[in-house]
Amino acid sequence: MEIEFLFWDGCPSHPEARQLLDDVLAERGLDAAVKVREVYTQAEAEELRFPGSPTIRVDGKDVDPDSASARPALNCRIYRKQDGRPSPVPTREQLEAALS
Amino acid sequence: MTIALATEAPTFDLPGVDGRQHSLGDFADTPALAVVWSCNHCPYVQAWEGRMIELQREFGDRGFGLVAINSNDADAYPEDSFEAMQERAEEQGFNFDYLYDEDQSVLNAYGAERTPEVFLFDGDRRLVYHGAIDDSREEAEVSERYLRDAIEAVLAGASPAVDETPAVGCSVKRKP
Repeated sequence: MEIEFLFWDGCPSHPEARQLLDDVLAERGLDAAVKVREVYTQAEAEELRFPGSPTIRVDGKDVDPDSASARPALNCRIYRKQDGRPSPVPTREQLEAALS
Repeated sequence: MTIALATEAPTFDLPGVDGRQHSLGDFADTPALAVVWSCNHCPYVQAWEGRMIELQREFGDRGFGLVAINSNDADAYPEDSFEAMQERAEEQGFNFDYLYDEDQSVLNAYGAERTPEVFLFDGDRRLVYHGAIDDSREEAEVSERYLRDAIEAVLAGASPAVDETPAVGCSVKRKP
């Protein structure tokens, strides 16, 4: 299993998202390496198809496919909770589903 | 550089989503005025904007005024264009003025760095509270309602017990 964690430091949500990812990995007993990459420029965002920070992909698939095709940009990514409320981090359920 | 507590409110005269110009002077009779840096595309703003609406609804009849300002570079972030602001205000039912600081001159005067970021001024237009709206973007987890408490204090003629907190949110998107 290949896990990519892409972030832009201008958004403060990445430590929380990384912690949540590590928690879910630990709960599931998964010892997968997380490949972390910081995105610095708009050109990099476009090259990496980075729709905002953080972006997490498991075996190349975004944990939130619905928002993965948003315009590449150095910004905070908007995730949606199950009830539709916005969040700057993916939900635990999204991560669990992506890692199952 | 962000303005310091007790600083007089820098002036502004900006277009609002209602198609009118809005200046600091329009709020001359307002005993408590919150100027909040905001935008459309930030999930932190979206998480808090319902509470901004609620504060205006709760304190508006006591003279409180809330003004949201978007200074983001709309060339780089078209989600924050003036037209998108108008759509957002309509969709969300904003009950406060939402202004566009296209040349970022007002941003530079206040020194805001995040969205959302609050500057609360008293009736003399001195900064009495600066920072976050409350202590959690998750409304159900809020334990400290900084802005609400500060508004209550100002409307009662007192100083806020907490006058500065870190604003948590997206960075303001400056022009290159």
